[in-house]
Amino acid sequence: MLRIACPYCGERDQVEFTYGGDAASGFPALADADLDRWTDAVFIRDNPRGEHRELWQHQHGCRQWLYVVRDTVTHAIQSVVPARDASPAAGADGR
Amino acid sequence: MTHYSAFTLIRKALGANRGWTRAWRNAEPRAGYDFVIVGGGGHGLATAYYLAKEHGAASVAVIEKGYIGGGNTGRNTTIVRSNYMIDGNTRFYEKSLQLWEEMSGELNFNVMLSQRGQLNTCHSPAQMDAAARRGNIMRMNGIDAELLTREEVRRRVPILDFSDHARFPILGALWQQRAGVARHDAVAWGYARGADRHGVDIIQGCEVKGFLQEQGRIVGVRTTRGDIRAQKVGLAVAGHTSHVARMAGLRLPIETHLLQAFATEPVKPMLHCVVSFGAAHFYVSQDDKGGLVMGSDLDGYNSYGQRGDLPIVEETMADAKALIPLLSRLRVVRQWSGVMDMTMDGSPIISKSPIDGLYIDGGWCYGGFKATPASGWCFAHTLAKDRPHELNERFTLDRFRRGHQLDEKGGGPTPWAH
Amino acid sequence: MSEQTGRLDRGGRIDRSRPMSFVFDGRAYRGFFGDTLASALLANGVHLVGRSFKYHRPRGIYAAGVEEPNALVGLRQGGRHEPNVVATTVELFDGLEASSQHRWPSLDFDVMSVIDRFSRVFASGFYYKTFMGPFRGAWMFYEKFIRRAAGFGDPPLEPDPDRYEKGHAFCDVLVIGGGPSGLAAALAAGRSGARVVLVEDGAELGGALLSRPQGGDTDAWLASAVGELKGLPNVRLMTRTTVFGAYDNLVFGLLERVGDHLPVPAPDQPRQRYWILRARQAVLATGMLERPIVFGNNDLPGVMLASAGRSYVNRYAVIPGRSVVVFTNNDTAYGAALDLKAAGADVAVVDVRGAIGAELDRAVREAGIALHAGCAVARANGRKRVRNVEVCVFDAVRGRIGATKSRLPCDLLLVSGGWTPTLQLLGQRGAPLAYDDKRAMLIAGAVPAGYRVAGSAAGEPGVRQRVASGMRQGGAAAEACGYAPSPEPGVLPVRLPDEPAMTGIAPVAVIPDPPGAGYRKKFVDFQHDVGYDDIALALSEGYESIEHLKRYTTLGMAPDQGKTSSFNALAIAAQMLGRPIAAVGTTTFRPPYRPVSIGALAGAETGLHFKPTRRSPMHDLHARNGAVFITTGLWLRPWYYPMPGESIREAYVREADAVRKSVGMVDVSSLGKIDVQGPDAAEFLNRVYTNAFDTLPVGRARYGVMLRPDGIVIDDGTTSRLAEHHYFMTTTTAGAGAVMTFLEYLLQTAWPDLKVQVTSVTSQWAAIAVAGPRSRDLIASLVRDVDMENAAFPFMGVRQGHLGAIPVRLLRISFSGEMAYEIYAPAGCGETLWRAISDAGPAFDLVPYGIEALGALRIEKGHVAGAEIDGRTTLADMGLARMASKKKPFIGSALMQREGLLDAHRPQLVGLESASGDMALRAGAILCEPGRHQGHGIGFVSSVTYSPALGRHVALGFVSRGLSREGDVIDAVFPLRGEVTPVRVRSAHFVDPEGRRLNA
Repeated sequence: MLRIACPYCGERDQVEFTYGGDAASGFPALADADLDRWTDAVFIRDNPRGEHRELWQHQHGCRQWLYVVRDTVTHAIQSVVPARDASPAAGADGR
Repeated sequence: MTHYSAFTLIRKALGANRGWTRAWRNAEPRAGYDFVIVGGGGHGLATAYYLAKEHGAASVAVIEKGYIGGGNTGRNTTIVRSNYMIDGNTRFYEKSLQLWEEMSGELNFNVMLSQRGQLNTCHSPAQMDAAARRGNIMRMNGIDAELLTREEVRRRVPILDFSDHARFPILGALWQQRAGVARHDAVAWGYARGADRHGVDIIQGCEVKGFLQEQGRIVGVRTTRGDIRAQKVGLAVAGHTSHVARMAGLRLPIETHLLQAFATEPVKPMLHCVVSFGAAHFYVSQDDKGGLVMGSDLDGYNSYGQRGDLPIVEETMADAKALIPLLSRLRVVRQWSGVMDMTMDGSPIISKSPIDGLYIDGGWCYGGFKATPASGWCFAHTLAKDRPHELNERFTLDRFRRGHQLDEKGGGPTPWAH
Repeated sequence: MSEQTGRLDRGGRIDRSRPMSFVFDGRAYRGFFGDTLASALLANGVHLVGRSFKYHRPRGIYAAGVEEPNALVGLRQGGRHEPNVVATTVELFDGLEASSQHRWPSLDFDVMSVIDRFSRVFASGFYYKTFMGPFRGAWMFYEKFIRRAAGFGDPPLEPDPDRYEKGHAFCDVLVIGGGPSGLAAALAAGRSGARVVLVEDGAELGGALLSRPQGGDTDAWLASAVGELKGLPNVRLMTRTTVFGAYDNLVFGLLERVGDHLPVPAPDQPRQRYWILRARQAVLATGMLERPIVFGNNDLPGVMLASAGRSYVNRYAVIPGRSVVVFTNNDTAYGAALDLKAAGADVAVVDVRGAIGAELDRAVREAGIALHAGCAVARANGRKRVRNVEVCVFDAVRGRIGATKSRLPCDLLLVSGGWTPTLQLLGQRGAPLAYDDKRAMLIAGAVPAGYRVAGSAAGEPGVRQRVASGMRQGGAAAEACGYAPSPEPGVLPVRLPDEPAMTGIAPVAVIPDPPGAGYRKKFVDFQHDVGYDDIALALSEGYESIEHLKRYTTLGMAPDQGKTSSFNALAIAAQMLGRPIAAVGTTTFRPPYRPVSIGALAGAETGLHFKPTRRSPMHDLHARNGAVFITTGLWLRPWYYPMPGESIREAYVREADAVRKSVGMVDVSSLGKIDVQGPDAAEFLNRVYTNAFDTLPVGRARYGVMLRPDGIVIDDGTTSRLAEHHYFMTTTTAGAGAVMTFLEYLLQTAWPDLKVQVTSVTSQWAAIAVAGPRSRDLIASLVRDVDMENAAFPFMGVRQGHLGAIPVRLLRISFSGEMAYEIYAPAGCGETLWRAISDAGPAFDLVPYGIEALGALRIEKGHVAGAEIDGRTTLADMGLARMASKKKPFIGSALMQREGLLDAHRPQLVGLESASGDMALRAGAILCEPGRHQGHGIGFVSSVTYSPALGRHVALGFVSRGLSREGDVIDAVFPLRGEVTPVRVRSAHFVDPEGRRLNA
C-alpha cells in the first residue's frame, strides 16, 4: 500500500487520497487556443518507467492537492510537497 | 509437426508419450527480416501468424524479451465478448469474436473457447436504458444481445443477490450468449505453433534496447541479442508501449496502470456464465478447473510494477460478496496483476506511427485479450498493406488531436477511469 | 465409535482430559483437545482421506502443516460449509463434521479412479490437443463433462451466517513466525523497547519445537521465552494469524482466524479478522518446509514427510505407522526415525547416501534401526495404503539405480528430500532467490530494504543457531527503528541442543525407475496430479521456460501453490534440461501465502453495507409519507409517493400534473452544493463555466455548464451570487464529488494565484424545490421577510430570509419549467422546513413529488440530465452552443474547437414523439433513417416519459443534424424487442418554449 506523507496531515494510507495523474504537463494558458499544445497537455504522456511526477489529492483529509515524485516500478515515493508550491517545471523536490 | 487429435493422443500415450514434437522452434535471430514484430504476446504472435498466412509474408520474426505469452496474455481473466457500442469498436470486436469461434480449428490447438454467455447486470433504470442502447446497437450490427428482466436474470444465475439485503438490487441485465471465456495461454501457444508452421521465427529472451534508424526511417531494432534489420517494425507490447516507443522518440496518448486478477480455490461448478457487476467494476467466471476468476478496477496510479495492492483486493472481494453472497467462505488462492496500456479514451491504437517503418498496436486498456485475433488480423493488414483495414481505421494515434475519441464509457482523458 | 488405535498412552501436547468427538464421512471418531483433524484421523487409523484432482488416486495425509497437499476436506454443514479445508490445519473441536471430497460414490470406491488407468492419455496439456471436433464449438460439449470432473469440494449453497472484521495495526518490528527464531527476534526487539507484533500461523507458539519430544531442553527455553514475551507490554502476540501478503511500504495483509477453532464463533466475535499492518521493519522467521523425493507411487496413503511423522508422534502422540521405513537424502530425517523408534515402531532407514556421520551412525545402531545406505526407495506398493517399498541400490552422484534389492514391508513410509525455506513473502516483493548447492535449498538472494530473514528461513540448521539468528535480526530490526539494543542481547536462558547440519544432503529429487520394472507414476505436484512424466513431456514440446512449464503442466497452481512441489519441479527440470538450477529460475510468488476467504477481505462491507447509503435530511419523513425510494448513485431518493393502489405510472403522472396545475414540492437535497468565496471568485467561475459569471449581479442566479479540458460537457447547475465575493454553486447529484475535486485541482495546481476558497456544503444544506403556478402564493404565505412579488423577486432572483424561524436561501430557478423556487436551509432544519411547507400545502393543492415526476417535467421542458450528459456530448450537441462565451476563454474552450467536435453531422438534442398515434417510446432505441436499420443509426433516444401536460408520450434524443430536421419522421428501432416506431422530430422544448410560466 502506498503511504503518502501529506505535508499537512502526516503519513497516511493511499486510500485517503485520490490520484490526479501526471503532473509533468500543466495546462497551457487558458487564453492559448493552440490545439497542438492543448492536445499535448491533455492527451499525451511521457508515461515513464521510473521517476514520475504526479498529483494526489488528500481527499479524505485536508483536501490539498499534492505534488508527488514516485517511482512507477518500485512505487517508492521520493518527495511530497503541496501542489500550489510546486510548478511543473520545478525539480524533483518541487521547488 | 504433430497434428493434434484424440487419435494422436492415444497413439502417443501407447508410446509412453515419447516423440511429441516441439510446439514451436526456438529460433535464433537472423540478420534481417521483412517484418519484425516486437512482443511475443497473443497480439504479436497473431500478427505474425496472419502476416505469414493471410499476406504471404515469408520473412517474419517475433521477438520477445521474456517467454511468449508471459505478459498480459497470461495474466487476464480470459473474457471474450463483443458487446461494444461505439462506432469503430463494434464491428472490430465482433470480427474478433468470429475469429475466436474459428480459432481452435484454424490453429489445431484447443483454445477452449467456451461461449457460456456474459451477463452485465443493471441496477437502475438509467443503466437499463444504457444497456438497451448498447444491445440495440449490437443487434443492428449483427451481434447477438438480449435484454433480460430481473426474473430472467434470476432464472439464469440464481446465486446472484436477489435478497432484500442487496445494496444495489438487480433490475435486469444485458446478455450476450456468444460471449464467454477461453484459455489464455493456449492463445499464445496456438498462434506461436501456427506462426512457426508458416515459417515465422519466434525468438524468446530477446529484448529491444533501441531502434535502427536511417534517414528518419526505422530500419530495425537493437536488441540484447544483436541488431536485427527489418523493412517494417511492429510494436505489440501493450503495457510497455510508451516505454518502447520512446526509444524511437515517440510520446503517446497512453499511461501504464495496474490491473489485478484473482482466483479462488477450485470447487464443483457453481457459476455457468460470465457475470459483470453493473454496480461496481467487477467481473467473475468459473474456470474449467473450478476456480472462480475475478477482476475489478485498476489500482489507480501509474505503475509498471506488476503487483497489485490491498485497497483493490478489499474492493474486489467486497464486490464479489455483494454480487454473489455465497462466495463468502470461498478462498482466494492467487492474486496477480498485469500492466495495462490505458489510452485517453479507453480504445486501442492500431496504426502507422508518425515515423516511417514503425507501426503501433497497443493501448488495449484492459480489453486486450478478447481483441487478440482481430488485433493480429488488422495489424497484419496494416503492416502488409501500409494502410489500415477498415476495421481499425479509427484506431489512429491522431484521433485525439482531431476530436474523434472513441470513448465507450464517456470517461474522458482520465485513463485510469476507463 | 472406534478406538484410537494409533494413539500413544503418554506424551504429546494434547489434553487427554478433554476428549472430543467428531465425524468424518459419516463415521464418528474421538480425538483430544490439541489435535488437528489430521492427527485425530491418524490416531483413529484413518489414512485414506481424499482422491486426487485428475486421476482420482487414493490419497492420504502427507504433512502436518500448511503444506499438506492431499488432505483437503469439506468442513461443517449448511451456511458454514467450507470446501477444501486443509485437515492438517484444522484444530479439532467437539462436534466437528468433515467429509472427503471429489469422489463418487464413496472415498473407498471412486468410479472416476478408472481415469488413472489412462493417465498417459491425460498427460499434461492433453486438452490443448483434442476436444476440437467433430464440429465447430465442440469444446462446449466436452467442457460440461470436464467441468463436472474437475473442481475439488462442493461449493457453498447457503449464505454465510458469520461476521468478518477489518483491523488496522502499526508496529516498529513485525516478526513473522512464532518458532524459535521468531520468538528470539521478538525478544530481542521487545527488550529494546520497540513496538513488536509477532504473528504465528498456528494456535500455539513454538513452531518446530512443538514437534520435538515433550519435556526436553527446548521446552524449558520455549516456556521462558513465551513467558517473557507475554510480560512485555510493547509486544503483541497474534496466534492463529497468517501473514498472507507483503505489500508496498512494509504493509502486510494478515488473516486472524478468530473463531475457526470453535464450533461457531463466539457471539461477540467475528469469524475472522483481516488486518492491515504497517511495520517499519519486518523479520521473516517463517521457517522451512520439508520436501518429498519423487519415486514410483510416491503418492500412496501411508507415504508422509519425515517431519510430519515426527510431528505426529511427538506433538500429537499419534503413531501413524507401526512398521516404518524412513527414506532420506539428508540427516534431518533421522530425528523422525529415532523418535518413532522410541515410540515403539519398527524402523528402517533407506538413505541415498553411501555413508552417514559416525555419531548418527552410532545413534541408529544403538536404537536398533536397520540402515540401508546407498539405496533408494524406487517405488511404494499397496492399494489404499503402502504395504511395502522396493529398495534398490542407488548411486546418488550419478543418479543411477540398480535392480530391486529388497522389498521392505511397512505401513508408513517417511520421506525427506531436503528443506525449502519459506520465502514466499520475500518472493512477493520480487526479491530474487539464490540456490545454495551445499544445502540444496533456495535461500534469499538480495533482501529488500526493511526486511530481514532469521532462523531456518535463512537456512540455519539447528535450534541454537536459529535462536541466535533470531536474536541478531530482531535486535538489528529494532535498532533500525531507532531503539538501542537491550543490555543483554542474545543471552539464552537455557542450553539448546545442536542439530544436524543441512550441508550433508545428497541433492536427489527423483529416483529413476529400476531397470526392468514396469511404469509407475511418480508425482511431483500431488494436489494437481502433475508427475515426472508430465514435466518431461512439457519440456520435449518446448515449454522450457519455468513459467511455461508451470502453466502447461499446471504445476504449483493448485491451492497449495506448490509448497511441496515447486522446488522438486525446478530441480527435475534443471536436470532434464542439463542446466544448473540457478539458470532455470523460479516462478513468481503471488499473494496470498495461504488461501484467504473472500468474506474476510470484504469485511463488514457486505449486504446493505456494501457501499455507504446517503440519505437526505428529510429521508425519514419521506419514508413515513409512504415514498417509494430509488437508488441513484449512493443516494436513496424518493421516487414517487403512491396513493393507495397507485402504480408508479399513475403516481408520477398525478404528481407532475399537479406541478403544472397547482404546486408540488420535491426534495433536491442531493444536489451538489459548493460555496465559492474570495476576491477572485468571479474570475474563477468565468474560467470554469463556459458562460460569464462576473457579470452576474448580486442577488441573481445563472445556469452554467462546465466542460472537461477536452471540450466535452461534464456537469451543469445553477450558481448564485450571494455577495460580491461569494457564490453558491450547485451541481448535479452524480457530479458533485468530481466537480468539487476538479475545482480544487484547478485552484491548487493550475491557478494557485487566484484568491478563491471552495468548500463542499452538500451535506450542510437541505434543499426543497417548490414548483407550480401556485408556488409563489405558497411560499409567500410562509416567508414574511422577503418581497415575493414578481417584480421584486423575478425569475433567477436569489433572496435570503426566513421561513418561519428557519433561515433560508430562496432561489427562483426552475428545472420543471414552472414558476419555481429552490429553498435551501441548514440540514438540521430540513424536516422542519418540509413539514412547514407541507402543512401549508392543502390550501394550495400541494403534492410532494419524486424524481420520476421530476424527470417527466424536465423532459417536457427539454432540460438535459445524466442521460444526455454522458461524457461524449458537446454544448452544441445539447443545443447549448450559445452558452459558450466568445468573450473569454474557459476550460475546454480550446479543445472544443477540434474538427470532430465541430462536425455538422454530430447528433443534436431534439424532442421526439410517435409519428402515428400516441405510442410509448423507449429509451435506448436507436434512431435511423426510415427503413435503414443498420450500423449505428443516426442517433438514439436518451430519455422518455409520458407527458401529462401534452397528454402523450414524448422523448428526448440525439439525431444527426437534428436541429435542422424538425418535422421529419424517422424510425426509432429497438431490435431487442423487435420494435420499430416511426417518430417525429420536434423541438426539445415541448412545454412553454417561450418561458412564460417561469417568469409569471
